[in-house]
Amino acid sequence: MSIDTETAARVAKLARIRVEDDALPALAQEFSNILGFIEQLNEVDVDGVEPMVSVEPMRLKRREDGVTDGGMQDKVLANAPDAREGFFAVPKVVE
Amino acid sequence: MTDLSKLKISEARDALRKGDVTSVDLTEACLSAVDRAVTLGAVVHKTPEVAIGQAKSADDRIKAGDAPDLCGIPLGIKDLFCTKGVPSQAASAILNGFTPEYESTVSGKLFDAGAVMLGKLNMDEFAMGSSNETSTYGNAVNPWRRNGDDTALTPGGSSGGSAAAVAADLCLAATGTDTGGSIRQPAAFTGITGIKPTYGRCSRWGIVAFASSLDQAGPMTKDVRDAAIMLEAMCGHDPKDSTSADLPVPNFEAMLTGDIRGKTIGIPREYTMDGMPDEIAALWAEGRKMLEDAGAVVKDISLPHTKYALPAYYVIAPAEASSNLARYDGVRYGHRAKLSQGDGITEMYEKTRAEGFGPEVQRRVMVGTYVLSAGFYDAYYNRARKVRTLIKKDFEDVFAQGVDAILTPATPSAAFELGRKQDDPVQMYLNDVFTVTVNLAGLPGISVPVGLDTTGLPLGLQLIGRPWEEGDLLNTAYALERAAGFVAKPAQWW
Repeated sequence: MSIDTETAARVAKLARIRVEDDALPALAQEFSNILGFIEQLNEVDVDGVEPMVSVEPMRLKRREDGVTDGGMQDKVLANAPDAREGFFAVPKVVE
Repeated sequence: MTDLSKLKISEARDALRKGDVTSVDLTEACLSAVDRAVTLGAVVHKTPEVAIGQAKSADDRIKAGDAPDLCGIPLGIKDLFCTKGVPSQAASAILNGFTPEYESTVSGKLFDAGAVMLGKLNMDEFAMGSSNETSTYGNAVNPWRRNGDDTALTPGGSSGGSAAAVAADLCLAATGTDTGGSIRQPAAFTGITGIKPTYGRCSRWGIVAFASSLDQAGPMTKDVRDAAIMLEAMCGHDPKDSTSADLPVPNFEAMLTGDIRGKTIGIPREYTMDGMPDEIAALWAEGRKMLEDAGAVVKDISLPHTKYALPAYYVIAPAEASSNLARYDGVRYGHRAKLSQGDGITEMYEKTRAEGFGPEVQRRVMVGTYVLSAGFYDAYYNRARKVRTLIKKDFEDVFAQGVDAILTPATPSAAFELGRKQDDPVQMYLNDVFTVTVNLAGLPGISVPVGLDTTGLPLGLQLIGRPWEEGDLLNTAYALERAAGFVAKPAQWW
C-alpha cells in the first residue's frame, strides 16, 4: 500500500509529532516501505484464529481494592518541566 | 588490581566469601576500567559514589556471613531501568534530566541482594534498534574488531552498552531488556551470554515501557553459570506488575549439571534463510553435533509461521509503543519545547515530541498510530495478533511432540559496521529474524557464544525453551557452552 503525503500528515497529527511540510514526502515513502513489508501478513490464512490477548494463559493476580500509596505531591512534581503551587502547569487549554 | 574486573560473578562470589578480595576492591577495579573505556561509549551515567557506598555495605554484610550470591558484585544497569536518584532516560532526549523518585523492581531486587551499581549503560533510544545507533548519547562501540582492521563495529542493540561493557570487562555483568532480541543479538555480537526469560518471570515495573506484551528483562553475563545466578535474583512475582507470574523461582545454578542425555532438541527448518552466510550455517551444524555428542536426541522440526514473525512484530511492537509513548507530552517529566507566542497545548505536544524523539522512535510511533487508526485496526493490528496466535501454536505443537529445546542461530551475521544499515529500517529489522519469534510466543531464549568467524568476530547460537523452564534451558545452554569451549576475548585497543 502506498501512503501519500496527506496520509503521512494525518498520522503525524494523530501521533502529536510536528513534521514540517518538506519532510512529508520522505516520511510517506518510509511508511510505504514499512507497510509493504508488513503486508506479507495478508498471505496467512487467519480464518477462525483468535487474536492473541495474553501470551501466557494465566489469570492476572488481584489484590484488595485499597489505597496503598500516596501523599507524595513533591515527588510527583519533582521532574515536571513547569510546576506551580502544587500543580503541573501547561499553556492555556480553555479560552 | 585491574584484572579483578575480568572475574565472573561465580568467581568473585567465591573470592568474596573466602575473604580473598573485598567488594570495594572489585568495585574500584571496575570503576577504573570504566574510566579507561570512554571510547566504547558503553557507560553513559557513572555512579562511583553510589557504587562505593554499596560496596562498603556489601563488605559488611559478607563479613557478617549469610550474604546472597550477588552481594558485592559490581554490575552495569541498562538506562531503561529507573534507578532512584540517578538519571534514567532510556537513551532519549525527551527524558533529559529525568531523575526517578523510585527504583525499578528488578534493579531494586539486585541491590537488595547486595549488588553494586557502577553506572547506567547505553542502549538504543527506548530500546528501538538493533545497533545502538539511535541513542541520544551517541553510539556504543563493540570491543571486538575484525583481525587487522580497526573499523568500528556495532555491539548490537538495543542492549548495546550492556553487551560492550560486559565483553570489555568494565563490569562483571549487566542488566538488559529484550523486546525482539535486544539481549540475545548484542550478546551474540560481543561473545557473551544473554537470556530472555519467559514473559512474566521478571517484573516490568519501573522499566521504561516499549511494547508491554513483549518486554522482558534479563541478565547479560560472561557465562551460563553467571546467567543462572543473576537471573534468579531478578525473577519473582511483583504486586506492582500484574503480568508478573506468581510462581516459585528455582535455584537455577543448582540445575546446571551439564547432563542432557535423552533430551530432545529440535532444529527448525524454516530458520534456514535465503542468503544465510555459510559460516552461520556451519556454526549451527556444529552446535547440532555438539548437542548430539552430549547425548541429546536431535531432530528436524517445522515452525511453519516463522516467516511472518517479523512483519507481525513490526505491527504489534509499534502499536504498543505508540500507546506507551503517549505519556511523553512535556507535562510531567523530561523535555518541554520552548513555545512561541500564541502556541497552545497541541503545539506544545507536537513540538516537544518532534524535538525529544529521534527519527526511529518517531517512525515507530507513527507506524503504530497508523496501524491502530480507524479503518486499519482490523487489517493490520488484529491480523498481526492472529498471526501471533499461530506463531505461538507452532511452538506448542513441537513441545507437545516432546521437544525440550530448539537450537537456532542467534543472528543472521556477525557484528556489522556502525553506520551501515542506518538508512534502511527494514534491513535493520532483519537482524531480529531469529530472536523475535521467541518474544511473540513469550518463551525463554538464550544466546551462547560458540565460535569465531574467519575475521575473528564472535558468533552465537540461540536455544529456545519451554515456558517457565529456564532451569532446563540454562542446563542445555551449559552443555553447549562446555562443548563449544568458547574462551576468546577481544584484544584491548581502547
